[in-house]
Amino acid sequence: MESVTPHYFLFLGFLLFGVGFLGVVIRRNLLIVLMSLELMLNGVNIALVTFSRVGLNLDGSLFVFFIMTVAAAEVAVGLALLVALYKKRQSIFSEDATLLRN
Amino acid sequence: MNLIDFLFLVFATLSVGGGLLMIFSRHPVSAALFMIVSMVSVAGLFVLLESFFLAILQVLVYAGAVMVLFLFIIMLLDVGPEGAKSSKIKLLSGLAGIVCFGILVVFSLILVLNSVPDCSSCAGWPSLDDRNLVLGESLVFSTSVKSFGFGLFSKYMLPIQVAGFLLLAAMVGVIILSKKFVRESSLS
Repeated sequence: MESVTPHYFLFLGFLLFGVGFLGVVIRRNLLIVLMSLELMLNGVNIALVTFSRVGLNLDGSLFVFFIMTVAAAEVAVGLALLVALYKKRQSIFSEDATLLRN
Repeated sequence: MNLIDFLFLVFATLSVGGGLLMIFSRHPVSAALFMIVSMVSVAGLFVLLESFFLAILQVLVYAGAVMVLFLFIIMLLDVGPEGAKSSKIKLLSGLAGIVCFGILVVFSLILVLNSVPDCSSCAGWPSLDDRNLVLGESLVFSTSVKSFGFGLFSKYMLPIQVAGFLLLAAMVGVIILSKKFVRESSLS
């Protein structure tokens, strides 16, 4: 690898995080909000692996492993909450999740 | 332009483009499929970073398990494409999202461009040395799965047990959340 420096990978990680953040903020479909959360975690993973590779230290890669575990658990619980919301409100849009409002 | 640069360009474009198409797609199924494109190209980026085990895990966990879960939920809830009214993005949240995205990208560009070293030879990738797993106090990055196993079961012994317990807790939580509760008022 000559011309692709670690900075390219870091900027790509930032960009993926930003795209995921954009999806979390502007979308109202909770399914797509959950998918965007996964995208944000992927951006963080790219940055961690890049630092791990450049610093020749395995800790970053092991953290990616744990992030994947937590992401899988988070998706399972999030989708179960989504199904519970759908059973209650027949809708998966975030503006209908108003159970705590009054 | 060598092969690595070309592959980086392809995977970077696919991952960011898939992400953008995902967050702007109207149908949840097409969003899930664009997300698979994005995840698989992130796995390709992991291959370029020479962490092959993480690339395999990325494909297995994200593009396999997580996306199948998403597609199952989409099938169970039977959500079709959103109508024109419900998919309209609110002005305020759209503005806030664009502003935050712009701040993040500009900030990261400044940060990344400031840290580019002047000489082209000192920027780049240190060569790998697979001979020993531990160097001093820290674990050494290597392409082999063996080093992963060593790290997970020596330095990260407690975190991996906590991760296993977390998965168990998530499973129990999902079962409880998806159980049908009988309302107390309807019983009496």
